[in-house]
Amino acid sequence: MAEYLIKNGFVFDPVLGIRGDQADIAIKDGKIVETNAITNPKVIDAAGKTVMAGGVDIHAHVAGPKVNVGRNFRPEDKLFGYKPRNGIERMQGGFSVPTTIRTGYNYARMGYTTVMEAAMPPLYARHTHEEMRDTPILDQGAYPVFGNNWFVLEYLKNHEIENTAAYIAWLLRATKGYAVKVVNPGGTEAWAWGLNCENVHDPVPYFDITPAQIVTGLIEANEYLGLPHSMHVHANNLGNPGNYTTTLDTFKLSEGIKPKSKFGRDQVMHHTHVQFHSYGGDSWANVDSRAREIMDYVNSHDNITIDMGQVTLDETTTMTADGPFEHHLTELNHLKWANADVELETGSGVVPYVYSPNIKVCAIQWAIGLELALLAKDSSRIFLTTDHPNAGPFIRYPRVMKWLMSEEAREQQFDAFKHKDKVIEATNLAGIGRELDLYEIAQMTRAGPAKSLGLAHMYGGLAPGLEADVAVYDFNPNEPYAPDDIEKAFSNAEHLFKTGVQVVRDHEIASNGNKRTLWVNAKVNENPQVMRDVKEKFLRYYTVTLNNYEVTGHYLPNPYVIEVDATQ
Amino acid sequence: METVTLTIKNQPDLYLEADNITPDAFAGKKADEIANLHVYVGREQHRLGDFFEVSGNAGATPEETKIVVNGDLSRVKYIGMKMTGGEVVANGNADMYVGAWMQGGKITVNGNVDAFAGTGMKDGELVINGNAGNYLGAAYRGDWRGMQGGKITVKGNAGSDLGTFMNGGEIIVGGDVDVHVATHAEGGKIVIKGNAKSRLGGQMVEGEIYVLGNIDVMMPGFAYREDVDIEMDGIKGRFALYEGDLGERHRKRKGQPIYAKLYQQIGA
Repeated sequence: MAEYLIKNGFVFDPVLGIRGDQADIAIKDGKIVETNAITNPKVIDAAGKTVMAGGVDIHAHVAGPKVNVGRNFRPEDKLFGYKPRNGIERMQGGFSVPTTIRTGYNYARMGYTTVMEAAMPPLYARHTHEEMRDTPILDQGAYPVFGNNWFVLEYLKNHEIENTAAYIAWLLRATKGYAVKVVNPGGTEAWAWGLNCENVHDPVPYFDITPAQIVTGLIEANEYLGLPHSMHVHANNLGNPGNYTTTLDTFKLSEGIKPKSKFGRDQVMHHTHVQFHSYGGDSWANVDSRAREIMDYVNSHDNITIDMGQVTLDETTTMTADGPFEHHLTELNHLKWANADVELETGSGVVPYVYSPNIKVCAIQWAIGLELALLAKDSSRIFLTTDHPNAGPFIRYPRVMKWLMSEEAREQQFDAFKHKDKVIEATNLAGIGRELDLYEIAQMTRAGPAKSLGLAHMYGGLAPGLEADVAVYDFNPNEPYAPDDIEKAFSNAEHLFKTGVQVVRDHEIASNGNKRTLWVNAKVNENPQVMRDVKEKFLRYYTVTLNNYEVTGHYLPNPYVIEVDATQ
Repeated sequence: METVTLTIKNQPDLYLEADNITPDAFAGKKADEIANLHVYVGREQHRLGDFFEVSGNAGATPEETKIVVNGDLSRVKYIGMKMTGGEVVANGNADMYVGAWMQGGKITVNGNVDAFAGTGMKDGELVINGNAGNYLGAAYRGDWRGMQGGKITVKGNAGSDLGTFMNGGEIIVGGDVDVHVATHAEGGKIVIKGNAKSRLGGQMVEGEIYVLGNIDVMMPGFAYREDVDIEMDGIKGRFALYEGDLGERHRKRKGQPIYAKLYQQIGA
């Protein structure tokens, strides 16, 4: 493979602790190497430019059945947005639910190289993998959802951690999944009865278990296995005024549990899109920000990581395994609604949504997301996401960076709100002068999420031995710039290397890369009871047989297996 | 106002996607520059001048530009799409999406138009002196934002799915209409001077439909309220007022739900 030397760029790398100093980055055989380890490199002149590791997205909905429902039932999302084939670039379409091809290219254009699909219904894992296979350039993995799964509910009702762990290991292998995802624990199952679980102690109908038992049990099973990533939760009561207490109650379920993983993470719970979970008040008329209460907790408990779920003020498509929430949303905005039940496993819903700067609540949501990041004491434990496409499309990450890095940009946005004064009154943001620097942005978008995922040995930094995922941006941090220059530069990487292959050259897609799919193979002791339960449930309830369920070889043409030994 | 005249000289093998035939695209251009604007046939890009004789120069702005298109335009789509001002006169039958998403100015078609004319129209005036196809003044597939404003006048008949997801503006049909009128509408006004078939106002939330002729089948979701006298835009007579769609949600004003209104003429 070609050797590269990226010379004289301003490097921002939390792994090496480089804060914008000029440094050279060397690439050989797909890895970052010492600069003296290369002999005849192609030299990339990065003088006056910003150099970072490839971005890592810990939570986005980019592949699988609900994304495709979004694509199918929103032809208007594709209207006027097509881009025909051009050289190596394949045809692209869609805005908030782009085609797989556009998904890969647009992440690459932002300098991102690893993207995790945040909710894979196990029954539709094959479809999810087919879409990931068709997403160029990016390394990807997918999190199967466990929080409403009948096996899990039955085992955890009796606190059977070993059986839960054996089932998780089996399902990760069967679906080629990466981590344990929990969406509205118990609530989506309750939705099958037309009910919901709005706080952590609401019993799940029939199963007689509470969300608190599900979350705690899955954390314990996750640590029993020592998986790379922690349990990854979207808590109950998402998107409702006053829900911050449910969020704090969920956080507290992690107290006293320590990580038992060889993959270097410090957290036992990742709570996703916290913006949607940080609301005060008791109605949409008096909803306000509780980001301060939320961040007071996060700042003082280091076994939690979170991501933002930043509202970008766009027209977008919401999609989640939180079935009851999507019904709630369609009742609010009266737009079209799709709903699905996934047999014994989960459910989901999809509804378009317009986050309008003229609507007070949307502007409050916008402020809350930014407050979370600006109130964080440690930027390596809060990650930049938009819960794509729920709070906005991922192509807006550079705009979120602009808002985080520039008080002037935030003031411009405040001035564009119709209800500016009411928004300022209901939030803390106007009183926060903090402006993040590129080092903190690199913590939020590279080193932090890589570590939380247990992938710090591969991604998130520029230390020798890591994957050669390197982005070069046409941005000089040492010269004066306008806020919009940040968004422009980080939307449009000048060069991007993925595992040593140059995939963006001079701002153009130069290669479709060698995309890999990451999954976790956890070995556990033989567990005849769990295997008998699996056989019995397939025989009795599932509409497919086991043979038509497991994700086999050709779905992952380029797998990357992370081995975990949990036998004892 | 400057006038540009396009006369079709070659018919396309497939259909011509001519969304550049607008005062906005022509403004500030001379005849030869206009002839160089692109059109698509299938996936192949061509010049407008490959299919049309172009004569005359455009005005400096869309408002100062008038376009006259002559000949058989039944394979030409998107005439006047997204235009913001000026005038287009099409002397012949035109294909789909005439005046779609238009925001201003005036289009006159001296012939028939195919489906989706005035889709998502925001403002301006669209006059069709022949018949209109299906989905006149409707929303694009999947979209909930149909006609928002402006005025569409059809001298002849209109097809099915008239005014689907209409939110504002006015559609006047001189003749008869096919099934599905104002489905999902949340505003706007539709006047049908001839007869209507069935499914008028299905899932309609707000807005008005006037029918001067017969209605084959009334939707069960519409309830008769009272007879009223109406005098409006040259229409005068006694009408039966129905309100619906009772199966839908409705906004309230002073505690009273606001329904969509369907008026059918019952006497002079």
